[in-house]
Amino acid sequence: MVEWTAAERRHVEAVWSKIDIDVCGPLALQRCLIVYPWTQRYFGSFGDLSTDAAIVGNPKVAAHGVVALTGLRTALDHMDEIKSTYAALSVLHSEKLHVDPDNFRLLCECLTIVVAGKMGKKMSPEMQAAWQKYLCAVVSALGRQYH
Amino acid sequence: MSLSSKQKATVKDFFSKMSTRSDDIGAETLSRLVAVYPQTKSYFSHWKDASPGSAPVRKHGITIMGGVYDAVGKIDDLKGGLLSLSELHAFMLRVDPVNFKLLAHCMLVCMSMIFPEEFTPQVHVAVDKFLAQLALALAEKYR
Repeated sequence: MVEWTAAERRHVEAVWSKIDIDVCGPLALQRCLIVYPWTQRYFGSFGDLSTDAAIVGNPKVAAHGVVALTGLRTALDHMDEIKSTYAALSVLHSEKLHVDPDNFRLLCECLTIVVAGKMGKKMSPEMQAAWQKYLCAVVSALGRQYH
Repeated sequence: MSLSSKQKATVKDFFSKMSTRSDDIGAETLSRLVAVYPQTKSYFSHWKDASPGSAPVRKHGITIMGGVYDAVGKIDDLKGGLLSLSELHAFMLRVDPVNFKLLAHCMLVCMSMIFPEEFTPQVHVAVDKFLAQLALALAEKYR
């Protein structure tokens, strides 16, 4: 189980309070598809991803960005049982969606950069550390059911 | 994953825009490296204080940023241009190259923080590729 100090819990809550999921979700996924173009392999059914503009204008990308970020937020209400919280989602990503779990890390990097852009220096180094620890825990849980 | 000429121009342009805040970005980058990845402090055990925001951390962050700016000027031949820096890192400092990735990530976060409008996905991918090439050039002499 991941151990959290009171300060870390406060930092993670503070970051989430600054995140508008409907805005940051799409931005994070768009950035991931642009910066790491091989991630587009999972979105063959999403239509036109052929240019950066197409990615940014694609409604399915935006909608899925909201889904993914909502999923990442779930852990906030279950910080002491992250592994079990994501067990079913991990099985889904492994056995149905066949997503290379390294992609979770890439999406989370893009999310951190989007959030940093929104928060500026209000995201202190200590806050960034707690935030990345949170994302690391979720990414680890999502990768656990891969065999 | 080498840089296209358009991406090289994007990198030069963004770094030029950044130059008024380069010291701040350098200092913040290293502060975040030691905060988010505390194992990196192992390279700074000779400092009295290696905590985020401390004077030695800020000063060294500025030094590192200076090196990155120098590399921008050598973007057409990073391996050749960074030969002596590579030797320094390989034979004297012996920094595990995995840390170059961690530093690059913190630098990207700081760029996004301080230049949110300018750090578009297009700038992001170009700078990310450049920092990866820089890391490769720095590791050139390791073995």
